[in-house]
Amino acid sequence: MTDFVHPALLFILGAVPIAFLNGSIRKAYLVLVPTLAILAVVSLQPGSYGAAQVIGQEILVAKVDRLSIVFATVFTIMALIGMIYALHLTRPGQHVAAFVYVGSALGVVFAGDYLTLYLFWEGMAFASAYLVFAQGGGQAIRAAFRYLMVHITGGVVLLGGIILHAVATDSLLFGPIEGGMGAGAYLILAGFLLNAAVPPLNAWLTDAYPEATVTGAVFMSAFTTKTAVYVLARAFPGTELLVWLGTAMALYGVIYAVLENDCRRLLAYHIVSQVGYMVAGIGIGTEMAVNGATSHAFAHILYKALLFMGAGAVIYVTGRRKLTELGGLYRTMPLTVALYMVGALAISAFPFFSGFVTKSMVVAAAGQDHRALVVLALTMASSGTFLHTGLKLPYYMFFGTDRGLAGREPPRNMLVAMGMAAVLCIAIGVFPQQLYALLPYPVNFEPYTGVHVTESLGLLMFTALGFVLFLRALDPENTISIDTDWFYRKGARYFMWLAEKPLARYEKAVSDVSETAALPLLHGAARAGLRVDLNGVDAVVNGVARSILRGGGALRRLQTGVVTHYALAMIAGVIAATAVFAVVWQ
Amino acid sequence: MIRSIVDFFGNEAYATRRRRLLYLVLVLVVVTDVLVLREHAEYLWERVPGWSAVYGFLSCVLLIFVSKFLGHQGGLMRREDYYD
Repeated sequence: MTDFVHPALLFILGAVPIAFLNGSIRKAYLVLVPTLAILAVVSLQPGSYGAAQVIGQEILVAKVDRLSIVFATVFTIMALIGMIYALHLTRPGQHVAAFVYVGSALGVVFAGDYLTLYLFWEGMAFASAYLVFAQGGGQAIRAAFRYLMVHITGGVVLLGGIILHAVATDSLLFGPIEGGMGAGAYLILAGFLLNAAVPPLNAWLTDAYPEATVTGAVFMSAFTTKTAVYVLARAFPGTELLVWLGTAMALYGVIYAVLENDCRRLLAYHIVSQVGYMVAGIGIGTEMAVNGATSHAFAHILYKALLFMGAGAVIYVTGRRKLTELGGLYRTMPLTVALYMVGALAISAFPFFSGFVTKSMVVAAAGQDHRALVVLALTMASSGTFLHTGLKLPYYMFFGTDRGLAGREPPRNMLVAMGMAAVLCIAIGVFPQQLYALLPYPVNFEPYTGVHVTESLGLLMFTALGFVLFLRALDPENTISIDTDWFYRKGARYFMWLAEKPLARYEKAVSDVSETAALPLLHGAARAGLRVDLNGVDAVVNGVARSILRGGGALRRLQTGVVTHYALAMIAGVIAATAVFAVVWQ
Repeated sequence: MIRSIVDFFGNEAYATRRRRLLYLVLVLVVVTDVLVLREHAEYLWERVPGWSAVYGFLSCVLLIFVSKFLGHQGGLMRREDYYD
């Protein structure tokens, strides 16, 4: 154990001192811990650590292999970037929550058994919910409660699945689900799909993320969905259902993004869309597809965080979040625009940006697996991605109508964090081999072929033409979009109405019946019982008592108190005993 | 430098130049896509030069109008106080 430092512990135990540190010492500490964690992950050796027996079950706290190392690497890098972005916060609450959140995500990534996984899974839900609560205000707090409720429900489903699965297979060890998919496996899958925000279980994400704090949303965009991608890649590679869910999800996100007016909610819908590529890749399940999904998760965490940081900077500076209220900020925030655009070009998969070398691997894997429909749908979603994050959002946020907002660049720490993410987005795009070397399987894929570059540019630039021609049709509108959260936001009210009106009436009818029919019956039964008690039971008891009294009187008469009577009785007894002895023992 | 590049994309004064640049890029992209070596084509459409340009444009238009149709006619877009 001495050669293994669990990176999750660094964050979770490391969260405690934050509350006691102040000023620049705290800032240094907040940067130091993620840096140490990056070093700890880099120096990890594949193997199993922390095996133990708990209530007769095998527990494996940390299982380190290539897949978990890739995710842990990008998680710790992201933790460092996110912490730098959040350095200006004066209150420690969000830092502590972010530490616990990152630590829990790392705990899930290294979990070797379902029990460990489940504990960290719940830790993530609670720590991340705090980042929404911390925003304050009725809207955010209601969204945070909904977020928490959905995740607790998902957690219960997952736990149910784990128990059923453990009973069926007699093992808690976390690995590929083998054999047939039982009820337990389906419940586990449902719990994982909820965290991956697969429609129809996606609405918690687009509901809560835009309500989180500026810095909190950056963390949230990185960890919850990507740990779900990791566990899916670990347990369900090659599950056909995931191919179709992932493909549908990629389009679902871009369709909703057209309608969206809130800048961070638009980005949140693009998380749904991008995670679709990863889910589809895992569903295809070939080595190349899983590599593609993994590398896309790696790239996605960095560019999506960069986009959230850019939108967060705008919200931080202007206090506005709706596209209908933003515009014209490019004059005062050119650096933010440029950094945001690096993220936008990366998510859109422009050549020499990170998305180009990762997304194409998933699409190429679908092609190799002879899935023409998946290839076409994912390519269409790529067009939609550029349309929204690369064109619509920056146009209405930074350019477009000048709203006369007093803009300025955000604090330096925010710019530094965005700069770090931007450098990585470009570095991965230019030197993809560095990332490919980390992937779980050997990579035999070359993204920079002539055809691939020109085809990608054709797709993207003609999307831009469509944007320019139909710009007016894309004008943001002051609306919100109905998603599946309708069922628990509006549907729940109908349920409450049902509970209050018809169910209450039913309850009243039941109580009427009990008053008119059941109560007299019970009264009658009680009276009959009393009669039986008085006449029957009491008579027996009294009779027994009286006969004992009489027997006692008779015995009393035998006691005469005269010594000769007793002596006589004794002699008679001795003679009788002697007689019995003589007869029996002869 | 960053400021001037960002200004080029934002300032109304450069609107005509921006448009010309876009058209130039579009032509260049299609021309290179025609010239580029296509030795390995998995699917039929991949053999057609410039297919991705057509597909990108159609995807973009389709996504805009299908989404807006669902939003307006399908009732997905609601007033902001819908849940209040």
